[in-house]
Amino acid sequence: MGLYWSFGTVLLLLAITAPIALAFGFGGATAARSRIAPIRWFGKGYIAIVRGVPDIAFFLFFVLALDIFFEWIRHEIKCPDWSDAIWQGNDFVVCSAAKLPMGNAPQWVHETYGFFLAVLTFAIVFGAFAANVLYGAMRAVPRNQLETAEAYGLSRRQVYWRILVPQMWVFALPGLSNLWLVLIKATPLLFLLGVEDIVYWARELGGAKTPRFTDYPHGDWRVWYFLFLLVFYLAFTRVSEIVLDKLMLKLTHGQATMGGEAQRKAA
Amino acid sequence: MSCWETIADYGLRSIGIGERLLPRDGFTLCQQFTLIGSGLIWNIYFGVLALAAGFFLATAVALGKASNTWAVRKASAWFIFVFRGSPLFIQFFFAYFLFLTLKPVSPIFDPFTAAWLGALIVLFLNTAAYSGEIFFGALQSVPRGDIEAADAYGMTGWTRFRRVTWPTMLRLAWPAYTNEAIFLFHATTLVYFSGFPAWQQKGDALYYANFFADKTFNPFIPYPILAFYFILLTLVIISLFGLINRRLNRHLPQEVRARVKLKLNVIR
Repeated sequence: MGLYWSFGTVLLLLAITAPIALAFGFGGATAARSRIAPIRWFGKGYIAIVRGVPDIAFFLFFVLALDIFFEWIRHEIKCPDWSDAIWQGNDFVVCSAAKLPMGNAPQWVHETYGFFLAVLTFAIVFGAFAANVLYGAMRAVPRNQLETAEAYGLSRRQVYWRILVPQMWVFALPGLSNLWLVLIKATPLLFLLGVEDIVYWARELGGAKTPRFTDYPHGDWRVWYFLFLLVFYLAFTRVSEIVLDKLMLKLTHGQATMGGEAQRKAA
Repeated sequence: MSCWETIADYGLRSIGIGERLLPRDGFTLCQQFTLIGSGLIWNIYFGVLALAAGFFLATAVALGKASNTWAVRKASAWFIFVFRGSPLFIQFFFAYFLFLTLKPVSPIFDPFTAAWLGALIVLFLNTAAYSGEIFFGALQSVPRGDIEAADAYGMTGWTRFRRVTWPTMLRLAWPAYTNEAIFLFHATTLVYFSGFPAWQQKGDALYYANFFADKTFNPFIPYPILAFYFILLTLVIISLFGLINRRLNRHLPQEVRARVKLKLNVIR
């Protein structure tokens, strides 16, 4: 049963992460374009650092770092009169009221918390990539459009929201769809974060460490489980590609780009 | 214990030379730097060999995908689709368990279940598929005029490919191929997290970084060290590939030369 649920977990992760990562990306791209220098540095730094390092290291890093961060904040709020140092040598100690999730919480809270951390990690990492795509797309919007808007007397904010943002999507879509495909392919990493996803179940159900005493009446079937996963991901990728192509066709309609021009000629 | 002694003890730990026991407590910064750096040997090993071998298969696959024969074209296209369309992580798992299943069949498969060969094969096929696609794209954009000029000189077949098509293809593909190389090195960190066991704790850089993070519950030291090493590695790759790029473009005037633009992608 767990195996079927885990497919739901993966799909849920994708459904939740994609919009959050997009929001992060939007924020990052806006920050990188800001006129205020520190905000701009922050946006550019965020994009540059996350993209320069192996992502898997980030996945391992953020889960632990976010966990520590949350517990530390709760510690500061809930136990103001705690006298010992939080860092005792190499150990990280907070008061028991600040533990996340609470030590006596039921199992599902622990699982949900792990899932929540995973979503946040994915969002931070993919947000940086989305930010880069959107930043490029914003710069690809023809300058004349913005100048025309300025000539009509729109303020900077109005130009940004009414002209730039609606027009950038068509430029961003190829990059974003690529990112979506990559996000699909990154979901098995959930396994590393300790969430019981499909990789976990494929290993569990297929495996038979002690063949004679196993519950499952078969030998080592992990090969077949993983073959199935491989096919699942391939099919998922293919379907996404087809849908995204359709979407691109819709968006380029009537645009002053090569794609739009080709459509106009074909019609 | 001074830092030099630590380097002597653990500098080659990842390939089994030096101290057997990993440090247990009182982890110093020097130990972390040394062990993670020692693990980097494996990343470089996987990256370099997979890239070198994958280059040739990639050329073959690209030519196959552009071939006129239906069967060859389909086979190459499927090869590329399968390896680009599925997560590398799953590919590692699948390959590991496949080799494990084959093990009882014949002792030939024994080394395949070890990371040094099994993972290398997966990485080799994977990078061949990714770079095959890059090369295919470049092959499609080789200028017609170049081929016509070669025809006019009476070059055909192998000579034409060797002297005209191939160098032009490489020149066009090189910036993208540089990114692929960087990316492949990042992907090598997945090896020891995907079923392939780190025998006697001989792992790669991320394996040791994770080891320290687990032991100290402090991710803020080992992972930045890892990041530092990888940024260094990326810079080395960029400069090496930049040199080759210069050579590939040496006949062109300065301003039309293709620049290698760093464009990093995420996971494969």
